[in-house]
Amino acid sequence: MSRIQTTFTNLANNKRKALIPFITAGDPHPDMTVNLLHALVDSGADMIELGIPFSDPMADGPVIQRASERALANNVGINKTIDLVKDFRKDNEHTPIILMGYANPIEAIGLTNFVGAIKEAGVDGVITVDYPPEESKEFVSLLLKNDIDSIFLLSPTTEDERIKLIISQATGFIYYVSLKGVTGSANIDMEQVSERVNNVRQFTNLPVAVGFGVKDAKTAKEVAAIADAVVIGSRIVLEIEQSNKDDLIGNIKKLMREMKDAIE
Amino acid sequence: MQPYDLPDQFGHFGQFGGTFVAETLIEALDELRDMYAKYKDDPEFLAEFHHDLKHFVGRPSPIYFAERLTNQIGGAKIYLKREDLNHTGAHKVNNTVGQALLAKRMGKPRVIAETGAGQHGVATATIAARLGLECVVYMGAEDVKRQSPNVYRMKLLGATVIPVESGSKTLKDALNEALRDWVTNVSNTFYIIGTVAGPHPYPMMVRDFNSVVGKECKTQMPEIANQQPNAIVACVGGGSNAMGIFHPYIDDKSVRLIGVEAAGDGIETGRHAAPLTSNSAIGVLHGNRTYLMQNQEGQIMETHSVSAGLDYPGVGPEHAWLKESGRAEYAAVTDDEALKSFHNLCLVEGIIPALETSHALAYAEKLAATMPKDQVILVNLSGRGDKDINTVANISNISL
Repeated sequence: MSRIQTTFTNLANNKRKALIPFITAGDPHPDMTVNLLHALVDSGADMIELGIPFSDPMADGPVIQRASERALANNVGINKTIDLVKDFRKDNEHTPIILMGYANPIEAIGLTNFVGAIKEAGVDGVITVDYPPEESKEFVSLLLKNDIDSIFLLSPTTEDERIKLIISQATGFIYYVSLKGVTGSANIDMEQVSERVNNVRQFTNLPVAVGFGVKDAKTAKEVAAIADAVVIGSRIVLEIEQSNKDDLIGNIKKLMREMKDAIE
Repeated sequence: MQPYDLPDQFGHFGQFGGTFVAETLIEALDELRDMYAKYKDDPEFLAEFHHDLKHFVGRPSPIYFAERLTNQIGGAKIYLKREDLNHTGAHKVNNTVGQALLAKRMGKPRVIAETGAGQHGVATATIAARLGLECVVYMGAEDVKRQSPNVYRMKLLGATVIPVESGSKTLKDALNEALRDWVTNVSNTFYIIGTVAGPHPYPMMVRDFNSVVGKECKTQMPEIANQQPNAIVACVGGGSNAMGIFHPYIDDKSVRLIGVEAAGDGIETGRHAAPLTSNSAIGVLHGNRTYLMQNQEGQIMETHSVSAGLDYPGVGPEHAWLKESGRAEYAAVTDDEALKSFHNLCLVEGIIPALETSHALAYAEKLAATMPKDQVILVNLSGRGDKDINTVANISNISL
């Protein structure tokens, strides 16, 4: 069983929901990333999404764009991101790490190289924002051959036929994008999210995570009531941006515990 | 011989093109693809399109024999397809008229656009005013500075211009921001992309709307030059004016098709915007697979060109295919060479060309010198240079 599957099974057995924070590798500095990852786990992260910095993050709002820019200014790209996961794995063998990024850096180092390197580093799943199933068949089959989960996004506009197509290629879990917009956008319409998540569940037994608009503990709690996992991205990245170096770990842990308490 | 019929149904030109976007945009692109398929051969839609091209844009644009330029060079005869004479001053308006009419038929009250030099933004603002659509234009903050007359033009036409401060603050970042707007406002908004890039069906649709240029040339050249051109030269940033004039000639193998990229300070300096000529790696940006200026880890590089409209790290996927298949040739011209040709055309022919277009002119001059006098080069004079006079004056240390 994969680490992602194991985590979801254990959570489900305890009637609990997964908390999945997102940070960008190398933000605010590559020396901090591994410490941050451990701090996230210590304060309740069940899995972690780690963003691969990209110069043109088209699906991201301003907060995560700035995180990418800070990381790139620190010379953190796709290779360094993979190295950071490797460092994290030295002290943590159980928390799933999911890389989230865009197609171009992956293609630039080569699909086979990428998959080989992340397998060795201990990555568990990959979300490639601009790789819809039609354009990523080769990539998905490489991931699956290497027991790495291929996680796809579903959006509020995805129609049923397409949901079926995407689910046929998805493993690990389904990531439902809670709103029309970029990461960190306006408030989400919980009633609509609930309806859509239930709709998705007709087609799959995979766990469903919800993200893109979860800004506070209250929203996290509402999302946890209908989904199997809550993804919190921009809110955490904003905390990183606004914290002094000395307070950073403490602030992140505090924020995470608020979210964790809310979804328990 | 099988006629040229790319892209395939998925928007692929060989290995290039495609639909590389976040899931939120898929439905909007499917809708656009279906609506475009429905209307592209619809007689009523085409009648409206051609009516606007004739009465609002002023088509057909003439072809002009640049006799003094030809004599100055002493080689092949140089003809100019005068897209600079269109309403709003460039070829860009052909496409915006087409897409705005489509937006109207799709019931979208709001249009958005990205712009580099400002020509596409002005053309979009213009047609939006004409059709009563709300218009928002994204423009890199750097470009807002260097193209201030066009910014004011857009505002006069009722558009909201949003300076984009992210990334390199140029065209590519404006495109990112427009895509983000579209994801957010997908239900009431039509995204009018200005070049033959973006996800399917944009490269095909923008090409089709601009191919009125090449279709006119096919009729006009025999009338004015007694022959089809031996070579067609057009500048390439994203590549919409070049695709517009190339496309109707693709099956006519006797016509050389030459795209001219911006070599900036020189290809060897790395400060340029010439992904094809510099043999850049293939990658994925803005919804399609194409040649891209990028580092070894796939980060998109900052580009440089004196002309904002060519300052783009990628190139339309159909150009990538035309290069790979050998049907078109690509070359690059430096800032200095383009500026020289800019001034020369002003003085010799009484035409102020856009800096983008000046790249095509510079290459055509070099090419003409190597060809016999009875041969013919057709240059797509894609835009007029009024918007560039501040830039050129600055370079010449003249304050206006």
